Amino acid sequence: MLNVSIYRYNPEVDDEPYMQDFQFDTEGKDIMVLDVLEKLKIKDPTLVFRRSCREGVCGSDGVNISGKNGLACITPLSEAVKGNKLVIRPLPGLPVIRDLVIDMSQFYAQYEKIQPYMINNSPAPAIERLQSPEERAKLDGLYECILCACCSTACPSFWWNPDKFIGPAGLLQAYRFLADSRDTATKERLANLDDPFSVFRCHGIMNCVQVCPKGLNPTKAIGHIRNMLIRSAT
Amino acid sequence: MVTTVTSFGRSGLSNWIVQRVSAFVMTAYLIFIVGYFVLNTDLSYQQWAGLHSGLPMRIFSLLTILSVAAHAWIGMWCVLTDYITVRTIGPKATAIRIFFQLGMIAMILLYLMWAIDILWGI
Repeated sequence: MLNVSIYRYNPEVDDEPYMQDFQFDTEGKDIMVLDVLEKLKIKDPTLVFRRSCREGVCGSDGVNISGKNGLACITPLSEAVKGNKLVIRPLPGLPVIRDLVIDMSQFYAQYEKIQPYMINNSPAPAIERLQSPEERAKLDGLYECILCACCSTACPSFWWNPDKFIGPAGLLQAYRFLADSRDTATKERLANLDDPFSVFRCHGIMNCVQVCPKGLNPTKAIGHIRNMLIRSAT
Repeated sequence: MVTTVTSFGRSGLSNWIVQRVSAFVMTAYLIFIVGYFVLNTDLSYQQWAGLHSGLPMRIFSLLTILSVAAHAWIGMWCVLTDYITVRTIGPKATAIRIFFQLGMIAMILLYLMWAIDILWGI
């Protein structure tokens, strides 16, 4: 039997959060952490968590699994269980609404700040704005982000200043538009990032890279933004 | 864009560059001084005073002191804005943070002027 310890907090009932222990029979199978949560929810319907696609695409079920942020749906028990124990907590650093569900408003506010959409005020061509294969290739490793918040909530700089530091997820997307040959607002985008917090609160500890369930590298993107700022300001 | 007024430079990029350049200067000075001690094991006061009375050495020392001042300002400002915030310790944080920031800046300027006085007093 696997020991599963889950963070529980219902602000309408509980004075403070607590860890609840469950015994879980894996039947010898290496199932995903989300499967464990689903089966435990049948036992205890008051357990609350987010999930949707259950295949690592929607980014809903980001949780802290045995100390490391990740998507419950694509994290197998063989990776998550340490010493026959599985510990599941909400993503750290953001307010908990209930159990494993966090309030992501601050995360989305930072995402909104970087203007995550194409800006190009030149008249639209008849069919589409074309890119060369080389220009398109620059977006690889950037557009795949699913905004699960695993990276930003693993970043101490984001824990301390979630209202001022954009965070790795937002900065990866900032670079996604800075690197896009069809976007014409590069100068304005860079001007909005050149303060001591938005980009430069990143100290390169690379927790974001370690936890990204899509294998992306926000630290590298932040380095590119910094280089663009250096090129434009010196 | 986040506005900051107690930071060393107003731009994040200028802070970043100052932090790297000052680190380089401090490292160069450290290597020089340690190397000097290693090569001069029986160092006399006259020799040590002589080293520091020349203009090139004074400029090198002054550059290092300016680097320490800027580096400490940027670094301490980062630490203070990380940990002494309304988010971490409550509504009194702003007043406490400003107190420590201004105290830190005053101390750095004091040490800087003191160091210049010592350097040109040799």
